[in-house]
Amino acid sequence: MVPITHYLMLSAILFALGALGVLINRNIISMFMCVELMLNAVNLAFIAFSRFLNQVDGQIFVFFVMIVAAAEAAVGLALIVLFFRDKSTLDVDQANSLKW
Amino acid sequence: MDLEYTTLLPEIILSLSGILLMMSAPMVDRERQHSLGYPALLGIGTAFAATVVQWGLSGEGFYGMVFQDSFSQLCKLLFLFSAAAITLSAMSYLEREKLLHGEFFALLSFATVGMCLMASSADLILTFLGLEILSVSTYILVAFREKDPKSTESALKYFILGAFSTAFLLYGIAFIYGATGTTRYTQVADFLSSASFYPLALALGLALIAVGFGFKAAVTPFHVWTPDVYEGAPLPIAMHLAVSSKAAALVALLRIFYQMLPDLSQQWEGMLSISAVLTMAVGNIAALTQTNIKRMLAYSSIAHAGYLLVGFCANNASGVQAMLFYLFAYALMNVGAFTVIQVMARDNERFLSISDFRGTARRHPYLSAALASFLVSLAGIPATAGFMGKLFMFAAAIESQHYTLVVIALLASAVGLYYYLRVIVLMYMWEPSDILEPAPVPLSAKIVIAIMIIGTFYLGIYPKPILDLASEAAIF
Repeated sequence: MVPITHYLMLSAILFALGALGVLINRNIISMFMCVELMLNAVNLAFIAFSRFLNQVDGQIFVFFVMIVAAAEAAVGLALIVLFFRDKSTLDVDQANSLKW
Repeated sequence: MDLEYTTLLPEIILSLSGILLMMSAPMVDRERQHSLGYPALLGIGTAFAATVVQWGLSGEGFYGMVFQDSFSQLCKLLFLFSAAAITLSAMSYLEREKLLHGEFFALLSFATVGMCLMASSADLILTFLGLEILSVSTYILVAFREKDPKSTESALKYFILGAFSTAFLLYGIAFIYGATGTTRYTQVADFLSSASFYPLALALGLALIAVGFGFKAAVTPFHVWTPDVYEGAPLPIAMHLAVSSKAAALVALLRIFYQMLPDLSQQWEGMLSISAVLTMAVGNIAALTQTNIKRMLAYSSIAHAGYLLVGFCANNASGVQAMLFYLFAYALMNVGAFTVIQVMARDNERFLSISDFRGTARRHPYLSAALASFLVSLAGIPATAGFMGKLFMFAAAIESQHYTLVVIALLASAVGLYYYLRVIVLMYMWEPSDILEPAPVPLSAKIVIAIMIIGTFYLGIYPKPILDLASEAAIF
């Protein structure tokens, strides 16, 4: 059997990759996909813990996370469309009209 | 333990009212969409009445997922009160700005449901869901001025950073679940009090949860989004972000830290007191240089999150009591100030620069007097609610020997005086820069401003009623 630490390491690596991606990507869609990667890393951690603890609670939590991620995607993509309509670009550096 | 539906009665009423509003919005004439605010007010009022009727009842519902206690009830009263005030001032705003979509009120009701769930949640899953109901509704509301690129941009920034911080919060919850095997507050607390050692995952989980809620409450170093989002958001939504959404995040964090992790109080007290100092410093110093009044109030709201954290760090019953009192006082003065600014900004939010407030006392003697009293209260000058709130909070911090924190908070408030008083000086001692007709003041705005003025001075002179409620609610 694969020990739980392997799963947790994989989840941590995915989460870190996602976080790094949000910070260094300049394309809004890619940033958004990186956030989704982070959420999936969390799901993996939940499932690993759930299996390790012999409980179903963690797996149920994963369903909630997936539902919320879907709701966020619906709203987020709508916002991205609005932004693209204004600026004709998806470059996040163009989101610079609010500054002090 | 059972499925006690009545423990979530206010939330259920408000959800139903939100769904009905959502369905009836397409059936109402376009020109009359803003009048959907009346049924929204009815829904909020019914939920408020349900909470008042249930006051004093305690127990658990939904198989232990939900607490019904005086703390959650007082928080619900606060959220519903602010939601009603925001709905009332949004009605004339939507009409003036030609933002004729009745869904505004439905989304505001849903956001309020999320906040109420956060206050009464007994399980991290429900807290997370409440936070997301609040966030997703708010993302849409921030983008409500669809014709204004600033609004879209601010919503996008809020969305990306919000989703980013949610991921951290979830990772934290995963670690707590992994370390203790449960997400129920009381069970985690039981596990910790009998544990012989604390796993590393627990400390990590604690820190990550603080990141998630720190973002929503606009606590330094997670405050960076605040000024941009407030500037781009419609004014009633800036009000909602500054008052309700911040209060909800702090209340949920309070529940998690006081009820679930009391055994780790050493760790989180240290973490939060550093954050409190940074928050007060950044908020007050950055507010000094602002030229836009919305941005100034955004930094002021960051500073106020810092003062609230001082009460949080006190980690005693009087700290909780003071925090709840201050949240009420803060709602009164901030909703009032934003409503006055909303009237004075005129159509298309044209006059929002601080220099536009030169000589407004000539044009709007009553509005200027109202704004001046709200700003004086935000600055914490005696005889106002803001002063009383700060007094109780700092007293609670002194009670648990946080002397340095209180001294820094007092210095920060002194810095804060400058930028609040600057606006008052501009309003009263300068000549108007241009000749304008006085802006029309809608009746709904008059009602909101009058209630907030009376509340601000009433609590400043006779704080006992709210203080008594808060002491009943300080159950931790």
